Amino acid sequence: MKLNAHNFKENAKKALKDNDLQASLQKLGTGFPLKRLAAMERLPEFEDLRDQARDIKDHTLRHLDFYLEQFESRVVETGGKVHWARDIKDGRKIVYEICEAVGAKTITKGKSMIGEEMAINEYLEEKGLIPIETDLGEYIIQLRNEPPSHIIAPAIHLRKSHVEEAFRKTHTELPKDRNLDAPEDLLVEARTMLRKKFIAADVGITGANFMVAETGSTVIVTNEGNGDLTQTLPRIHIVLCSIEKVVPTLEDCTTLLRVLARSATGQEQSVYTTFSTGPRGETDPDGPDEFHVVILDNGRSRMLGHDTHDMLRCIRCSACINHCPVYQSVGGHAYGSIYPGPMGSVLTPALYGLEKSCDLPNASTMCGKCEEVCPVRIPIPKMLRSWRKKQWEDGPVPTMQRLAMTWWAWWALRPKLYHRVAGWKMRIMGFMGRKSGHIKAFPLKNGWTENRDFPAPEGKTFQQRWSEKGGRRT
Amino acid sequence: MSENEKNVGLFVTCLVDLFRPTVAFAAVKLMEDAGCSICVPERQTCCGQPAYNSGDNEDAKAMAQMVIEEFEQFDYVVAPSGSCAAMIRVHYPELFADCPDWLTRAQNLSTKTYELLTFLSDVLHVDKVEAALDRTATYHDSCSGLRELGIKQQPRKLLDSVEGLELVEAEQAERCCGFGGTFCLKFSDISSRITDDKCDDLLKTGAQTVLGGDLGCLMNIAGRMTRRGETVEVRHIAEVLADMCDEVPPISQGKG
Ligand code: SF4
Repeated sequence: MKLNAHNFKENAKKALKDNDLQASLQKLGTGFPLKRLAAMERLPEFEDLRDQARDIKDHTLRHLDFYLEQFESRVVETGGKVHWARDIKDGRKIVYEICEAVGAKTITKGKSMIGEEMAINEYLEEKGLIPIETDLGEYIIQLRNEPPSHIIAPAIHLRKSHVEEAFRKTHTELPKDRNLDAPEDLLVEARTMLRKKFIAADVGITGANFMVAETGSTVIVTNEGNGDLTQTLPRIHIVLCSIEKVVPTLEDCTTLLRVLARSATGQEQSVYTTFSTGPRGETDPDGPDEFHVVILDNGRSRMLGHDTHDMLRCIRCSACINHCPVYQSVGGHAYGSIYPGPMGSVLTPALYGLEKSCDLPNASTMCGKCEEVCPVRIPIPKMLRSWRKKQWEDGPVPTMQRLAMTWWAWWALRPKLYHRVAGWKMRIMGFMGRKSGHIKAFPLKNGWTENRDFPAPEGKTFQQRWSEKGGRRT
Repeated sequence: MSENEKNVGLFVTCLVDLFRPTVAFAAVKLMEDAGCSICVPERQTCCGQPAYNSGDNEDAKAMAQMVIEEFEQFDYVVAPSGSCAAMIRVHYPELFADCPDWLTRAQNLSTKTYELLTFLSDVLHVDKVEAALDRTATYHDSCSGLRELGIKQQPRKLLDSVEGLELVEAEQAERCCGFGGTFCLKFSDISSRITDDKCDDLLKTGAQTVLGGDLGCLMNIAGRMTRRGETVEVRHIAEVLADMCDEVPPISQGKG
């Protein structure tokens, strides 16, 4: 998708007025978080597992080159191929060349955030190929020509009626009088359409939640099983992933899987957890003839050892998104990036540049809920703050904001003068709000009184009253 | 000051100093009742958090240095606010991470700085107060205090001893109120949407009074409540615990 993060404020304004979206968000705000809580309560060692998960990721990141090379060797040993993509352009080219070499026309796709990052569908379409999303949510937004609004529930912003509308518009064989009221009817309709595509596909593209270095396997978790059909039916299987997804061993992978589904949807395990190792072997009943893994960097190696290093621990569970009061208010599209919410506000500037996503690190109340729920304990507020620091140092801060802060600091560093002037000001404001206890508006428009009353001060400041009372001073 | 009294420096916080002096007087009373001698240095304004959260570390450092210089002389430093106390306790040492001299001083101050309720409960072991308020109340957990300092049971335990007060829990007591310091000015619409959710959740309890430990959040909630025409009272918990509700009307409301 095209980055639209610089329009965050306007996007958010629109989102707040979109009633359908607000209704969908209302459900999300309680749905996933409550399920996560219940899952945690069923697993007393959850907190210890989080520590282990963090440590596994930290260890892997410290030896990233080693594990990536080990992974590559294992993939090659099992008959597959690894392709290194420095950036999005590289990645797209690699995927297209694989498709071209086998004369592919139709491509089925499982859900992949790296695919979204590469905007691989648009690219393949430009080249005359037909990519078809097979994850139900992704399929729906593909029909609607929209980006995902959530990293694990891409169509969470939509209501049932939107889905029906999309099917009626694009499924030309669908009889007009077929009733699609029940969610099951919609599912059957999607399944009927997708089955045909699975069988016809030449290439299957999936993402990967993990790459296991010791075995050369890639791992996906899904709830629909579409990912399995995507990777076993076509002749060619392409896995799209990124450098930080590697883990040393199957054992490590299991630990991460135990925190992943619980943090995401509150499930103990996703319905399907699928390990893919190499192409179809001689004794295998099915599987692809070719197995390709495309590993994308796209700015991630630049994060190593820098302020956002810890963000590379992220396992894309979406817990931080689900719990974020800002996301719950404006939804994913407002962020203008495929990675929304708190994790996106750290990641988007790192991948696409801070100047293109200035608002994102600021679009947080710093409430800390994201860090509280993150299974790999990523200190998200700290990293948002480090982006803000960079913004402050390098320039892209609105002049008024910079002036206001500098002005405040100037006063705050001159206590004597500050107390004297504050004394006068509070008297005036106290007088303004003496009856109602608040001030409705100030002469200059400001963000506070747009939406709230400004509580009036009592009158004299504490410092004045303490002096008058003869309270103890240093 | 007698020898066995604890020498406490009160960090008033800028909002309490300017808008709600009663909160600071309440804090002084509560600590004096528990055997502390309170000193209020005049050379104090803001802890530097707005600058720190805006990425302006230079100004944040300058303010932090002023606080350190002024307050390191005390046995304890207490602030009637979770977020300002967290700034000193958690973030000052981060701020001076690459400046060894100041780091030691910041760490030293950090270990003796407390938010008021945790100081009363955890350090002074106060478990009841002499106060009465005939109301149902609900308590909003402000984010910094809750997540950075672990303030959760302390205020509830103390409120339990207030005569006539009945505490009802809100379903989402731990959810952010949408204040976020400068966030509520920069993203006013989003902020007020979050505040509306908070107000709805608090009102659902049917409580007559909303209490909390951070004036920023309380001014935000109260300001939105009166803008919406709600009559629920919003107060800082210290006013209730020190039995000083008669001295000042609820936040954002008139004398009635
Ligand atoms: S930052 Fe943490 S909580 Fe958010 S998606 Fe990544 S792993 Fe999950």
